[in-house]
Amino acid sequence: MAFHALIVDDSSAVRAFVRASLENANFARVEEAGTGFEALRILATHAFDVVIVDVNMPDINGLELLSFMNKSPRQQGARKILISTQAGGIDSQRGVDLGADAFLKKPFTVEELRDLVSRLLAPVEGVSG
Amino acid sequence: MSDPRDNVQQEFLAEAQELVEALSRDLLLLDEAHHRGERIDPALINEIFRSVHTLKGIAGMFGYKHVGAVAHALEDLLDDLRLGRTAIGQNLLDILFDSIERFQSLLTLEDPQSPQEEAGVQHYIAAIRSIGIEEEVEDGDPIDKYAIDPAVLGVLTEYEEHRLRACIREGLRLYRLRASFKLMSIDDSIEALREKAQEEAEIITYLPSMEGGNDDTIELVVLLAARVPEEELNAHFESRYGSIEAIAERTHLPTLPPRRTSIPVLSMRPPSEDDGGQASLRSVADSVRVDIRKLDHLMSVVGELALVRSAVNRIVDSFKNDVTHRQSSMDLDRIGRGLERQLLELRTGILDVRMVPLGQVFNKLARIVRQAAREDDKQVRLVVTGANTEVDKLIVEELTDPLMHLVRNAIDHGIESPEARVRAHKREEGTLALNAYHKGSNVVIEVEDDGGGMNAHQLRDEAIERGLLTAEASQELSRQGMLDLVFLPGLSTRSEVTDMSGRGVGMDVVKTNILRLGGMITIASEQGTGTKITVTLPITLAIIRALIVTVAARTFAFPITAVQEAVPYVPNDVHTIHGRNVITLRGETLAICDLGQLFGLRKSGGREGRFVVIASMGHRKLGFVVDELIGQDDVIIKSLGKSLSSVRGFAGATDLGDQKVALMLDAPSLFTEYFEGPDAFRALESRP
Repeated sequence: MAFHALIVDDSSAVRAFVRASLENANFARVEEAGTGFEALRILATHAFDVVIVDVNMPDINGLELLSFMNKSPRQQGARKILISTQAGGIDSQRGVDLGADAFLKKPFTVEELRDLVSRLLAPVEGVSG
Repeated sequence: MSDPRDNVQQEFLAEAQELVEALSRDLLLLDEAHHRGERIDPALINEIFRSVHTLKGIAGMFGYKHVGAVAHALEDLLDDLRLGRTAIGQNLLDILFDSIERFQSLLTLEDPQSPQEEAGVQHYIAAIRSIGIEEEVEDGDPIDKYAIDPAVLGVLTEYEEHRLRACIREGLRLYRLRASFKLMSIDDSIEALREKAQEEAEIITYLPSMEGGNDDTIELVVLLAARVPEEELNAHFESRYGSIEAIAERTHLPTLPPRRTSIPVLSMRPPSEDDGGQASLRSVADSVRVDIRKLDHLMSVVGELALVRSAVNRIVDSFKNDVTHRQSSMDLDRIGRGLERQLLELRTGILDVRMVPLGQVFNKLARIVRQAAREDDKQVRLVVTGANTEVDKLIVEELTDPLMHLVRNAIDHGIESPEARVRAHKREEGTLALNAYHKGSNVVIEVEDDGGGMNAHQLRDEAIERGLLTAEASQELSRQGMLDLVFLPGLSTRSEVTDMSGRGVGMDVVKTNILRLGGMITIASEQGTGTKITVTLPITLAIIRALIVTVAARTFAFPITAVQEAVPYVPNDVHTIHGRNVITLRGETLAICDLGQLFGLRKSGGREGRFVVIASMGHRKLGFVVDELIGQDDVIIKSLGKSLSSVRGFAGATDLGDQKVALMLDAPSLFTEYFEGPDAFRALESRP
């Protein structure tokens, strides 16, 4: 089962890490966006199964992308994972309010990422927070 | 194929390096603004925070435990700084500057988790944590003063919220701007908007809305804070971005913060096949990061193609007098010329990609200048010209250490203390100039100070005292010759050695490193006025212009940068002085060395050869006796491989076409071999 994922992070090392983690497990087609603008372009025209977004980015931040996805008909099926460095801060609270399905606390491991994604995409309708 | 994890690891190291460089650059700006007493741009502090924040994140993911720990502590400190909980001071700046060296050394650790580093890292972290936090006095949340849409407040990050608060406290008014942007060009449009806004306003955030947008355009709600009234702001933006509305100030109590909005959770669907925009899913980033080894590989492919081109040439030549194939021969010739043009373009293109501006190194040097000046209690103004001068990436990497040493030297030993400068009727503040420019196929870098200059006689006496020079030989030395003594191994003008100048290396090592890059270094100094060190380097190492010669029926190549001239060899003119063969050239005595004998290609004592190729390294010259001069050519050097890497005297091999291979002579090591004997060689190699 291949799914379609988008990683939005301004760090190319993080994007490479996420891509390698998911693609090597024969999991996914992974698209990358290095800025919020690039993400907007991609989200406007493509549907994703899972979108992984860093909270802290210049210009368009991760929360704004979640808010955009909530309003975008194309992204209603997407699971939203927010990457943040501090759990339980204002940023993650706002993420919950914007319907983030899960958080990844930086730094995360390959296994944590894979587990989380497979959990979110399991055909059971359970959403973890 | 290589392990994909290696590539990801490379990606990490490259990004970490870039982040540390950006951090260093931004810290210098911060330091400058602080010392001038200017208002610190919050965006600058945020940039610094972001570099450290990103570094912390990726270090953790790639197992760089110590880098992560240091970045984490710094991040907390910077977070306090950007959220206004602590103020900038000298102590804080020093701690921030220390991080650069620390990150750089931690990133180069063989074992990124090395327990030996633990103590040092913890010590540093304790220093970071010791910087106090000034608690902010809260007198109600200023954001409550405005009736801001909860949907907007709900997407602000903690930092953006802080900036919003700070702007309101500073008395700025809040505005909302709604504008549509073309998705393809939104980055540029926002950049333009930001620049336009900068004079009058601070942009807090951009919220994409779904209204008024389609697949090609998107509407953004921009929240900004400005010092000026609404009409003036509208006039400033010339209605270019639609209307700007002021956000009303509240007259009553704020509503409750936004609750969690429930959004429908749809069941998962398979990846949709009917995506209309499949084709447009392309990356818009306009730069890529490339491993330099890949460029080396491409360059060697170009070299192979050049051989194909010469094979075609030979076929054309063989058809030349053959009337029956006249047309084919002409066609082939035309194709060959086309191939050559494209090859040249390809080669130029690859070379161009390898070029990076020297500004990268200069930024590091600026940090050294600041640090050294502080340690020595000196005042130093750094003046940089030609930071955009481009040079091969590999050269830039190798240049950093030598240049760092030269800069440190200029401040430690060149520029005087403010008191001494005043006594010498100079400005209290010394000037250190870094100049870079292109000169032919070379790049020239000058490190120039207006300090006390070098004492040539003291250098000479020092050299005699240490047995590096006989009193007799010193008689013949010109002033320049005395200055050049500074490049001798083990000579330093001062008895006490500061913890300076890059891990205790001397000018001899600087010189060796520059020579290894095919460059040269010269020194000019006037006592009381200052010192100028000039480093001349080839622009690239990938292609070298070479003089091709033959010796005992074998082909060799001299790097043209080392060759001064070639003169006919007259065996009868050769004399022997101190057991060395010399000739006299325009009144100057010149040592000569028969390459055939040196390489054991013919027995010693013979007087064969027809030309003397005169090579120079700095102020030293040596004539090499060869048989034939074939001509000049641009050649691509290939390494001799691991098994032959210990062979001295050669820099590599190069293909000359016609299945001919020439060995590229390594002038610096030949000079060392000749003047200092094989022992000097070993000493050089055993150096770390």
